[in-house]
Amino acid sequence: MNTKSKIATIAVALGMAASSSISHADEDADLVVNGEIEMVVRTAAPAHLEGAVSTIYSGWVFRSDETQAMQADDFDNPGMLFVEKGEQLFNTAMGADGQSCASCHQSSDLTNVRATYPQWDAEHSEVQTVEMQVRECQTEQMGMEEPWGINSGDMLDITAFIASIGRGQIVDVAIDGPAHETWELGREIYYTRFGQLELSCANCHEENYGNRIRADHLSQGQINGFPTYRLKNARLNGVQNRFRGCVRDTRAETYGIGSDEFVALELYVASRGNGLTVEGPSVRN
Amino acid sequence: MFTRHIILAALLGVSAGTTQAEVVSPSAVVVNEYGEIVQSLTGIAGDPARGQEVMTTRGLGNCIACHEVTALQDYPFHGEVGPSLDGVGARWDEAGLRGIIANAKAMFPGSIMPSFYKVDGYTRPGDAYTGKAAEGALEPLLAAQDIEDVVAYLLTLTEY
Ligand code: HEC
Ligand code: HEC
Ligand code: HEC
Repeated sequence: MNTKSKIATIAVALGMAASSSISHADEDADLVVNGEIEMVVRTAAPAHLEGAVSTIYSGWVFRSDETQAMQADDFDNPGMLFVEKGEQLFNTAMGADGQSCASCHQSSDLTNVRATYPQWDAEHSEVQTVEMQVRECQTEQMGMEEPWGINSGDMLDITAFIASIGRGQIVDVAIDGPAHETWELGREIYYTRFGQLELSCANCHEENYGNRIRADHLSQGQINGFPTYRLKNARLNGVQNRFRGCVRDTRAETYGIGSDEFVALELYVASRGNGLTVEGPSVRN
Repeated sequence: MFTRHIILAALLGVSAGTTQAEVVSPSAVVVNEYGEIVQSLTGIAGDPARGQEVMTTRGLGNCIACHEVTALQDYPFHGEVGPSLDGVGARWDEAGLRGIIANAKAMFPGSIMPSFYKVDGYTRPGDAYTGKAAEGALEPLLAAQDIEDVVAYLLTLTEY
């Protein structure tokens, strides 16, 4: 077979794969939680994604009908049990000074946190995730010697609570100004082909969303639904833990949770979702 | 007597030498300008039955993670990242298939398809799927004979 006809055959074969790609999901479904919180599950991509993708989609769009339905009602969303635990923690005295989070914060003041983090912290001259901010409050405001681990159960519960009170807010993380350098590092990581399988985040989540890879229906790898309640392990899962799993699956050495690289990647991936709504805790398989 | 001995030694030497040389190491593979690999990686004919096993096993080729193959319908969960491999044995010859599997990027620049017979040039290679750094020299994703077996299997896929 000559090269020309080879290429033509591949083009045809690929074309077929692409056209059948989105048919598995109920791509057109809309998400309204509890009949009142209207979510933006698909919208025009932010300007910085020009040339890469034109529409951004929440991971919810790619899940099965049953999984989608679980997220539409708090009574069916197992993640809401952890939100309750998080709310209790918010009101619980902890650390040296006997203060609770509620001693200083009304939860209603924290409704736009999830939508705007990771965020530049001028005092510490670094980009901080919500988890880093909570740890900062614990050590610097509450005199706790041992702040919660980033991926600990308590941290997942309280971040689920913080996400839940921000549901429906439009994600809008800042990528200019002092955060820009970190954002650029995150972008570089996103497009790096890691590991012995030589796959980048973009290979799966930008070039192949809507396609199946083995049993999984690929989404855009957005993080507006975090923390996610996964049916697979029946608990909450944090953003950077998910990153770690995806990098590991390329047969690569991962970065650590809380590392500079993953903080940068979290900022970058969050910014790819600017325009979607906060959905955490979402339900995933 | 003396001459016979020498001839025998020479014969043994030759045959031992060729067995050694028959497995072409990843760095010694000759890829032509079309991305094809003409020479067998082992000199041993591929076994299509074993090739089917390599294609469908997660820890081996896991080819169906990305490709649909009608003949492998009994194995669940075929992916759609790559094209269907139905008819691939009619579209490509042995050298082309060997080239694609060993290093798809030589045939399709920038391809998402992993390079199955390669041991260097990686970013942060891991110790299999542990998430930890690889220790020592890397093994290719598939052994030379696995690749010959997969080629033999793919050549049976002549129907669309
Ligand atoms: C002693 C008072 C105090 C306590 C107790 C406290 N914080 Fe804070 N918190 C602050 C102050 C002051 C800031 C703003 C300055 C900064 O960034 O640290 C803040 C900022 C925050 C922010 C970022 C708000 C924004 O709009 O960017 C979050 C989220 C937060 N705290 C969560 C918590 C949680 C969760 C707890 C309990 C574990 C807690 N805080 C306990 C004083 C406190
Ligand atoms: C080999 C393909 C592959 C690669 C490479 C990959 N992922 Fe994933 N990722 C998946 C699959 C499969 C899932 C589960 C289904 C889905 O949501 O796409 C997933 C899920 C996710 C999710 C959860 C999305 C949600 O809505 O619950 C995030 C976030 C994510 N990936 C981020 C990343 C990042 C960041 C990278 C790069 C470091 C990456 N992934 C690399 C395959 C991949
Ligand atoms: C991560 C996904 C992925 C995996 C795993 C994968 N491939 Fe591919 N493969 C592709 C893509 C994508 C193409 C299309 C070529 C390109 O990249 O332009 C392709 C192309 C091919 C082709 C050429 C198809 C044609 O119709 O011309 C063959 C043959 C092939 N792959 C065989 C295999 C075999 C055998 C395995 C397992 C050893 C495998 N692939 C594993 C993604 C993959």
